[in-house]
Amino acid sequence: MQLVLEKRAERSRTIALVSPLIAIGLTLVTMSVLFAVLGKNPITALGVYFIAPLTDGYSLQEIAVKATPLVMIAIGLSLCYLANAWNIGAEGQFLIGAVAGSWIAVKTQGTEAGHWVLPAMLVAGAAAGALYALIPALCRVKFGASEILTSLMLVYVADLLLDYLVRGPWRDPAGFNFPTTAEFDPVATVPVLIEGGRLHLGSIIALVVVAAAFVLLDRTIKGFEIRVVGVAPRAARFGGFNANQLILLTFAVSGALAGLAGIIEVAGPIGHLQPGISPGYGFTAIIVAFLGRLNPVGILIAGLFLALTFIGGEQAQITMKIPLDVTKVFQGILLFYVLACDSLILYRFKLVSAAPQVQRAAR
Amino acid sequence: MMKRLLGAAAALVLAGSVAGVAHAADKLKVGFIYLGPIGDLGWTYQHELGRQALVKELGDKIETTYLENVPEGPDSERAIEQLVRAGNKLIFTTSFGYMDPTLKVAKKYPNVHFEHSTGYKRDKNMSTYSGRWYQGRYIQGQIAAKMSKVGVLGYIGSFPIPEVVSGINATMLGAQSVNPNIKVKIIWVNTWFDPGKEADAAKALLDQGADIIMQHTDSPAAMQVAAERGKLAFGQDSEMIKFGPKAQLTSILDTWGPYYIARVKAELDGTWKSEDTWGGLDSKMFEMAPYTNMPDDVKKMAEETQAAITSGKLHPFKCPVIGQDGKEVECKGGDHLADGQILGMNFYVKGVDDKLPGK
Repeated sequence: MQLVLEKRAERSRTIALVSPLIAIGLTLVTMSVLFAVLGKNPITALGVYFIAPLTDGYSLQEIAVKATPLVMIAIGLSLCYLANAWNIGAEGQFLIGAVAGSWIAVKTQGTEAGHWVLPAMLVAGAAAGALYALIPALCRVKFGASEILTSLMLVYVADLLLDYLVRGPWRDPAGFNFPTTAEFDPVATVPVLIEGGRLHLGSIIALVVVAAAFVLLDRTIKGFEIRVVGVAPRAARFGGFNANQLILLTFAVSGALAGLAGIIEVAGPIGHLQPGISPGYGFTAIIVAFLGRLNPVGILIAGLFLALTFIGGEQAQITMKIPLDVTKVFQGILLFYVLACDSLILYRFKLVSAAPQVQRAAR
Repeated sequence: MMKRLLGAAAALVLAGSVAGVAHAADKLKVGFIYLGPIGDLGWTYQHELGRQALVKELGDKIETTYLENVPEGPDSERAIEQLVRAGNKLIFTTSFGYMDPTLKVAKKYPNVHFEHSTGYKRDKNMSTYSGRWYQGRYIQGQIAAKMSKVGVLGYIGSFPIPEVVSGINATMLGAQSVNPNIKVKIIWVNTWFDPGKEADAAKALLDQGADIIMQHTDSPAAMQVAAERGKLAFGQDSEMIKFGPKAQLTSILDTWGPYYIARVKAELDGTWKSEDTWGGLDSKMFEMAPYTNMPDDVKKMAEETQAAITSGKLHPFKCPVIGQDGKEVECKGGDHLADGQILGMNFYVKGVDDKLPGK
């Protein structure tokens, strides 16, 4: 007897629905064992991770703050990935958006500039992100260059540009030569929604983006085109859809969203431009996009869930003295199980009797 | 076999749930935010040693918590606030990039005390503390100039912020006091902790003809490269002699323990107040590792210089200080540069053959 993976005739809808639940269940079991081995009470530990952050307003706000850039970037990336265009450089587009928006904030600093500043910053951030994303898209369309490589390499260009600006021309004159701009003026700051907290307008914008993406994919011809080009390029060509045009479009949209997320992050929770504004949001968002199955609502849930593991992991470090590495192991195990369970959508386990070759020969 | 494993796992789960969590009552809670992993063997490791010294001294009166690997972006503000919300009353944030986040949280929680390392913004409930490491760099410069056969030093810079620039300048002034023609090659790696990059920089510097490696980054990677190539090097932040028993000349050891103990005692006594501490060799904020792998006369010179700096007889930035452009730097501190000039240093002294990034 032998256990083999066999390809299903078609995708299993049941498994597609329950596979994330199986994955989470397996993760919880594995983590319980790990916590027990560490000498921690698994029930308490899991409670600190998953339940405690959901029970007070402060942690809920922080989850939303953490998820905002992840969701916004991941929505854009999902459009690319659905259209079979591989934008890996959202991190760079995030940084460029932050730089472009900050340019307006820095130039208007200490002037009489009114309430047009923040909207202008947001537009500039989105526009810069879109233009920056169009570079790899154009290289792909015109020269056939791999957009995976070019978009990734442009991340480092953006990173170094930001670095140069805050160490040189935009450096806070009163900042002892440290690499940061001065704090943005109030008119250049994303407003906070609840006094004393960090929840900001950006989270609302992220929700609007999710809704817009849902409508686009589900209710418009463009959304249909994106999906057809991704799933069946030949059929799309017969249908008269222009794949190259869609690559440009999806790259521009995802770049714009990443750039918008960048300037919101800088003008919101951070309050000034400095190196290290992103702890790898552009890359984590790739995980969020796939965890959410490239579906807008799925991405929203995935983003919030990933944010929850960050916040919960921190609280576990504080209240239970669980090492940071365990949090990382935890996230790794979760992703592992999600991907493993996903293979059950297309495949199934089957028991076959040993030595099938012999049987066939005998017939 | 599988059954037995499962049984063992179940037993462990049970054992874990029985053990539960012990809660300490009425102890002062002290929190730490670390930039790197506690095992970085450099900057964060030294802060962790400081925390351990604190626990050893006052463990019956306090409870400490740390968060490691906290990035300097938007996450740090949340990490600090999480410590506050967990009941910590005194919080040490141990990297420059935590300055604004610490200040924001400090304004929000006026009854909690904060201590920020290596920054310059303070508040009623927020102190700053740092070390005058340039003093140690001056000594290292003298040793390097004596020990270098070719007269070229290799210097691995992290970020061109004043602390690092003043370190390069102090090294150069010390080295020039021994050999006026000394040269220094600088590679900026733009990171505090990246063993791969640090090792590459060390190799590149040695390939360019330097025969002594100095670093302002946190891992022992450069020391290992120097040891492999049979060259000499200085450690950074912590004792790195075990990575280069035949290579390490000395190392600047950050010893935060005494400061942490003093501040926590003040908090316990109710005498804590916001201060700006910039401790030199005399304050034991840092120490020099034993002078090794050098002849006795060089060791003697180093010890004499150390004594002179400790007693205040010698100031590494004694005037006149000549800038890279050949012009004398304005002397605002009497017979030496003022603290403000060193804290905000953004120029090279004469003889540094490099352009300051971003200038």
